Amino acid sequence: MIETPTASPPGRRPPEQRDVRVVSARSSLTHRFTELWRTRELLLYLTRSDVKVKYKNSALGLLWSMVSPLMQLGIFWLVFGFILKNGYPHFVVFLFAGLIAWNFFSGALNTSTGIIVERAGIVKKVSFPREILALSTVGAQIFYFSMQAVAMAVILVALRSSPDWGVVWLLVPAIAALLVLASGFSVLLSALNVKFRDMRHLIEVAMQLWFWLTPIVYPYEKLAPHLRGLSWLYLANPMTPIVLTFQRVLYPHQAVPSTNYPPNLPKTLPVLPTWSLGTYAELDCIILGAGVLLMVVSVWVFGRLEGNFAEEL
Amino acid sequence: MGVPAVEVQQVSKHFRLNSERHSSLKDRIIHPGRSTYSDLTALHDVDFTVGAGETVGIIGRNGSGKSTLLKCICGVLQPTSGRILVRGSLAALLELGAGFQIELSGRDNIYLNGSMLGLSRREVDRAFDAIVEFSELGQFIDTQVKFYSSGMYVRLGFAIAVNVDPDVLVIDEVLAVGDEQFQAKCLDRIRAFQEEGRTILFVSHNADQIRAICDRAVVLDGGLMLTDASPGEAVRVFRESLGGVPAADELGAPNRQERAVRNVEILGVDVVGGARVHTGDALHLRVGLRTKEPVAAGLVLEIHKLNGELLVRTDPDDARSRVEIPGGESVVTVDVDSFDVLDGAYQVNVGIVGPHGTAIYDWLECATSIEVTYEGRAAGTLAMVPTVAVEPRPWY
Repeated sequence: MIETPTASPPGRRPPEQRDVRVVSARSSLTHRFTELWRTRELLLYLTRSDVKVKYKNSALGLLWSMVSPLMQLGIFWLVFGFILKNGYPHFVVFLFAGLIAWNFFSGALNTSTGIIVERAGIVKKVSFPREILALSTVGAQIFYFSMQAVAMAVILVALRSSPDWGVVWLLVPAIAALLVLASGFSVLLSALNVKFRDMRHLIEVAMQLWFWLTPIVYPYEKLAPHLRGLSWLYLANPMTPIVLTFQRVLYPHQAVPSTNYPPNLPKTLPVLPTWSLGTYAELDCIILGAGVLLMVVSVWVFGRLEGNFAEEL
Repeated sequence: MGVPAVEVQQVSKHFRLNSERHSSLKDRIIHPGRSTYSDLTALHDVDFTVGAGETVGIIGRNGSGKSTLLKCICGVLQPTSGRILVRGSLAALLELGAGFQIELSGRDNIYLNGSMLGLSRREVDRAFDAIVEFSELGQFIDTQVKFYSSGMYVRLGFAIAVNVDPDVLVIDEVLAVGDEQFQAKCLDRIRAFQEEGRTILFVSHNADQIRAICDRAVVLDGGLMLTDASPGEAVRVFRESLGGVPAADELGAPNRQERAVRNVEILGVDVVGGARVHTGDALHLRVGLRTKEPVAAGLVLEIHKLNGELLVRTDPDDARSRVEIPGGESVVTVDVDSFDVLDGAYQVNVGIVGPHGTAIYDWLECATSIEVTYEGRAAGTLAMVPTVAVEPRPWY
């Protein structure tokens, strides 16, 4: 027999004072954001379980989250730095500075796009703000990002390469912009993928194209002279200023002396645009603003599509 | 009734049934205007209110919209029109263990699931021991959930849901799972919830459970609300909707078959010599029947207390309960040698069913009532007079 408490358990409010939840065809945007804020703890749990589950039962466990980006880094370094001999000293630092930001972005988009469909089981049975699922994939990327940051620190120490300590603060607006931008896209794509299942494959292809449109494996200044009047279009890629900021902080050279100089090549190589720090910060803040706008639009779109989730899944 | 805990206001839900799925971009581009779906109305203008502290049952056959209604109340589905107000926190048992991450341990899942149901970390901490105890998992709480037996899985799911301290608890036929002892435990828990003044919405196929637990019941059929009445009346309407007037949407084979053979109608039931009897008296019932053609059938007698507790459901396949009903009108007599129950009022349901309970030819809920008087001083339900004697000798 279960004990029956005679008095109401503590914390239960009389019926008249309880919050009223309304289920109807539409819910307002502010309501959606307050619900998201209210369930922030669930975001933490889902993120944690995402990370835990991914490497459960593997011998190396969490180390894998470092192995695969380092592998990718090694291949790019082998191809561009070693085989093609592009002549940049400590090219691996330059590469990793861009990759660390890019991996966050592409990782979030690639996993979040399919997340609602993948988690159909919960979506159809449990009620909670579904955006949380998309956001939890971004949360998991924050974790992997930190792991890679540790790897980055090890590489910097090993190569005795120093970041530009005076401008490290630039990473704050850059990371904020990256976070908000990735969250906005994740929420939007996860909802669209329920209706248009091709979204997932489309994103996989699009991310590859996007990667090469961002100055990660090649320095911005290598390309800039060829862009002529189109540099505004190139900079419209929101990932470009973010990646440039990461490179500005971690690979602080506007131009570097070439490590291999055959007579026909210049002795110094251009790397980053000669912008003032203010320009970097300004561009990052513009993207942050655009990211916030995207987030609002995404949550709105998500709300419009959400009503059909349980039927489309 | 007090303050309403759940208000369902003119809720309708339509589903689009895509006859051919156009869910890829290519299809959308190739067939821009073509819409190959048909509309299905799962709920039509359902409207009822559940007061705080009430226990309301929802009955209906498969496809009647019960689950859709529950999902709308929980917020998993959004109604096409109308709205639902829920006052206070709500925990839903739509499917036990939904949302478990099978790779994680039971412990991790308690926190994950608890927070999905709207609990903070500290609240889960507080409820943790009670959950583990209720689930009877003991040391297995740190084992990965994928190694759990299905019984352990649902026990953990139920334990979490009932320990989250909800104001409103929604239960969807989950009592059908688990062994008998665990079911009894769940029912006890539900009773405790009722005594604490919590609101419960309870979906079941089981008329006995509805009668035993609920204050009121709502009957759904084909998305329409047939009635919102006392459990006894609701069960009667539900039984009628099963065998009676064909519903708007035709359903599974068993129902169709049932209707095809149904040419039996119970005209009425009365108690020979009046509805007042004494404990231990013989009981004689007469059941009036009309059939189109002769049919072999069994008679079921259900006797329950006014609070819904079932005393007995007789076995229609027992040779003594089987009758060959001639065509036309006839009267079937039912004799019980001695009706050994103590005083109280009892409801009688009468059913005429096919062999092995495959089909209900006709069913009359609350066909008649019997009032039993008793002059003795025994208490309880069953009339039993033990004969006592004494013998002087050692124990063993």
